[in-house]
Amino acid sequence: MAHIALPDESLPGIVGLFNFRPETAGPLQLLAETLLRGESPIPSGERELIASYVSLLNDTHFCHTSHGSAAMAHLGYDLSLIDDIKNGFQQIEISPKLRALLNIAGKVQKSGKSVTDEDIAAARAEGAGDREIHDTVLIAAAFSMFNRYVDGLGTWAPQDNEAYREMGQRMAFTGYVRYPVKQDAVEV
Amino acid sequence: MPHIPLPEHLPGITGLLEYSRVTAEPIRQLTQFILRGENSLSPAERELIATIVSHNNECRFCTAAHTAAADLLLGETETCEIMKRDIDATPVSEKMKALLKIAKQVQQSGKAVTAESIANAKAQGATDTEIHDTVLIAGLFCLYNRYVDGMATVAPANPDFYAGLGQRLVDHGYNRLPNGYDHLKKQIQPT
Repeated sequence: MAHIALPDESLPGIVGLFNFRPETAGPLQLLAETLLRGESPIPSGERELIASYVSLLNDTHFCHTSHGSAAMAHLGYDLSLIDDIKNGFQQIEISPKLRALLNIAGKVQKSGKSVTDEDIAAARAEGAGDREIHDTVLIAAAFSMFNRYVDGLGTWAPQDNEAYREMGQRMAFTGYVRYPVKQDAVEV
Repeated sequence: MPHIPLPEHLPGITGLLEYSRVTAEPIRQLTQFILRGENSLSPAERELIATIVSHNNECRFCTAAHTAAADLLLGETETCEIMKRDIDATPVSEKMKALLKIAKQVQQSGKAVTAESIANAKAQGATDTEIHDTVLIAGLFCLYNRYVDGMATVAPANPDFYAGLGQRLVDHGYNRLPNGYDHLKKQIQPT
């Protein structure tokens, strides 16, 4: 059970929190939409992988699996490949540039100060520009917030990947700005 | 030096929010509501939460800016200084101490928040909304601190800079100024 009394305890993860505080749900959903589906030189599928990877490092199962599912939907991979994120991307095709950006995201997860000039230079050497570096840092920082929000309030998360299949497809193809937020968890 | 070219007259977060105005918009909206919107926690109390998280993340720019804002709202500078050393010794309500401790746990990790610290806050009269907002403010400043330091933005050394910024946050809040920030180009800038 969550640390606070949610109006609908059946809604998992951040969905239950959106339902609790619609005033903050609006900007939080718009932030996710802008970061993950708005304009960026990084394709949405790769941005979702960054979000899922940071959430994995923060051990936030709900965000890791839901954004992993969204990544698989964008990239056209089977849902089972979510587990490949945990295994260090052995089956999912990752460009050297994305690998360098994931390294930066992993540093941001620890602390902003962990990002070194060398990390940035390595990403630039693989072809990353200012905007890609910026968007990677901001996505990793944003998931440092989302993960803390979801775990800090003690929300629950479905365990099986399968429970996230349709959620991920909706996140990928319908997007994050949805009213009412309730319908988001219908299949969970 | 920042990892990407940013406007020199806008150090710390301010240059990032102008560099990327589309992503800045929802961040500004969230911050304006959660720090300045209608709430049973005062703007000063909410700035204290922002300050303790930024302090523990060792983010110089955000710590100095939100300390300045909290000092102005409180009308004194002692509370912030004591809080950074010892939450229990801070001259705030017992409820506020309990919420600051939750914020400090969120700074470490969402999973670091204990059932005991939540129960303690509730025992001191904190409502569910106050606990929710504390966790979200703490989370939001984990975003800001990582954004500011992860991009290696400049933190001016001059304390006058933060006094001016704190005043702007008190007077105008967190929405973008309607006429932008070109007027700041003439002011004293960090070296």
